[in-house]
Amino acid sequence: MIRLAEEKKVIIKNKTGLHARPAAQFVQKAGKFDSKIEIIFEEKEVNAKSIMGVMSLGVGKGNEILLRADGEDAGEALKELEEFITVEMPKEDEEE
Amino acid sequence: MKGIAASPGIAIGKAMVKKEKDIEISREQISEDEVNEEIKKLHTALKKAKSELKTVRDNTAEKMGEEKAEIFDAHLMILDDPELIPAFENKIKEDKLSSSAAVKEVIDHYASMFAAMEDEYLKERGADIKDVGKRIIKILLGKEDIAEKLNEEVIIIAKDLTPSDTAQLDTSKVLAFLTRDGSRTSHTAIMARSLGIPAVVGLGDKLMNKNVDDDVLIVDGNSGDVYFDPDEAIMKKYEQKLADYEAEQERLAAYKDKKAKTKDGEEVEIAGNMGNFADLDPILERGGEGIGLFRTEFLYMDRDEIPSEEEQFEVYRKVAEKMGDYPVVIRTLDIGGDKELPYLDLPEEMNPFLGYRAVRICLDRPDIFKPQLRAILRASKYGNLKMMFPMISSLEELNNAKNILNEVKNELDNEKIEYNQDMEVGIMIEIPAAVMIADVLAEEVDFFSIGTNDLIQYTVAVDRTNEKIAEMHTPYHPAVLRLIKKTIDEGHKADIWVGMCGEAAGDELLLPFLLGAGLDEFSMSAVSILKIKELLENWTRKEAKKEMKSILKLKTTAEVKKYLKKIN
Repeated sequence: MIRLAEEKKVIIKNKTGLHARPAAQFVQKAGKFDSKIEIIFEEKEVNAKSIMGVMSLGVGKGNEILLRADGEDAGEALKELEEFITVEMPKEDEEE
Repeated sequence: MKGIAASPGIAIGKAMVKKEKDIEISREQISEDEVNEEIKKLHTALKKAKSELKTVRDNTAEKMGEEKAEIFDAHLMILDDPELIPAFENKIKEDKLSSSAAVKEVIDHYASMFAAMEDEYLKERGADIKDVGKRIIKILLGKEDIAEKLNEEVIIIAKDLTPSDTAQLDTSKVLAFLTRDGSRTSHTAIMARSLGIPAVVGLGDKLMNKNVDDDVLIVDGNSGDVYFDPDEAIMKKYEQKLADYEAEQERLAAYKDKKAKTKDGEEVEIAGNMGNFADLDPILERGGEGIGLFRTEFLYMDRDEIPSEEEQFEVYRKVAEKMGDYPVVIRTLDIGGDKELPYLDLPEEMNPFLGYRAVRICLDRPDIFKPQLRAILRASKYGNLKMMFPMISSLEELNNAKNILNEVKNELDNEKIEYNQDMEVGIMIEIPAAVMIADVLAEEVDFFSIGTNDLIQYTVAVDRTNEKIAEMHTPYHPAVLRLIKKTIDEGHKADIWVGMCGEAAGDELLLPFLLGAGLDEFSMSAVSILKIKELLENWTRKEAKKEMKSILKLKTTAEVKKYLKKIN
């Protein structure tokens, strides 16, 4: 059976976008999964476990990114990363 | 060679030239069968870089706190990046580059990508990436950091030393500093004096043109002379001088536990100037009875963002507790001029010393000023803290600063946070305008502290960082002496105490003048304390006052200097 990579579209809601501290936390989260995880944004594809890759995308507030995961824990990874972007990251804005 | 004598003492020892930050790497091509070897080299270097960074991280956490160590966590994360290592390997495999050239190309690529971004945070990450790259390349090329290489005592030669350079140095192994740039009041000089290390600065381009690594040099921090190829006679002379100097140090050691007193037993307050916590012990060891100037700039330097109120509070509290009953005068942020904070992103100015600096920035940026005031106030109940504002040039400025201070006090009251309600608040007197209206200003403050470095600069119109006119930057100018006298007189008329925290307070020749003029507190670099205590014993206030009056009648700097030498 051919297993296809799972994908999910996510919209960035927090103020600073996906860089600085949120990016570091995001990369750490992604690093916990065995699956290969990529972020696709404006036709660029980067390794979601690479801080340099993620930050080099320059994803800002309101941008839509595509998360792609391939591996045993792909589903779980996408769920958790989506939650991090849509729930956890905007929370930090409120705290400031 | 002769430069500016920036920190006293004599050193004889081996030279070590501090390497330039940018390492030149040629785009070295390798052959197919060297690929595996280069990749192996790369991985060994990466491993070593990682273990180095962990050590640096832990040392920094221990010495300067977790917050300062975080930068190295970021470096470690970069080193762990899954894109980075394959990128290095690809360059070696595909482009057939040597490991060091491969690292440089990849790092440069990422660094320039980040540097081009608009976001300040990302821009700075570009610098982190470069830093990590430099570390790897240094290992690959077998070049060690200056800090790690000091396994013997050396004389450090550099273009200039930044505070972070000196922070990284194992200063117990440094015999002396020689720099191309700088003046008596530049950072290398001030740092060297507070560490008690001889230094000659402003030696000019010819210093860096010499290839002197490992040569034995003689450095005379008292006269500014440096001998690169000393003959036997000079060597003998200096060995004698060094012996004499050490004998003097021994004699002065007797003053460590003695109170600072005049000939007739009047106690005089001798305090020390500090930048960071490490400066405290040298001051206390020499019997300094307080801190007349705590330069808080150092808390703000070598980092990516303004230190939080909490972080500042911890530092001020630690200093207050350590000093106990001894007074500690904390100067609020004095940035600008020759001290920059890259993260404030201030535009370059034509005349930075006359520009947007010190209290001028603080009054404009309550977001920076208030957290510092809060931190100082909160720490005030843990010791004997006083606060002073730098660069006050008018009553309006002073009132504005005090208004903000009162706002902060109200906030603390509302939050039911305790602080010393009676904490003394003073100002630096370092602008001639402030001297001319000292009577007005004195009504509004608890003390004056004369900052001679800037006072001379503004009075004589002489840039204190310009080596070419360094000779003109002298406290012996009759105009400067008159301004000092006026400041003390106006302070005393208003019943407030007047101290001095500029370099002149530790000037051996000037002591009788300052004593005679009635100065209440002398605050100086730790290295000057013992000598001043010894000299103090030669005078009574009354005798000194007589000399002071004669000195004020002199017309030129040269006459003043000559007179001071005669009476000392």
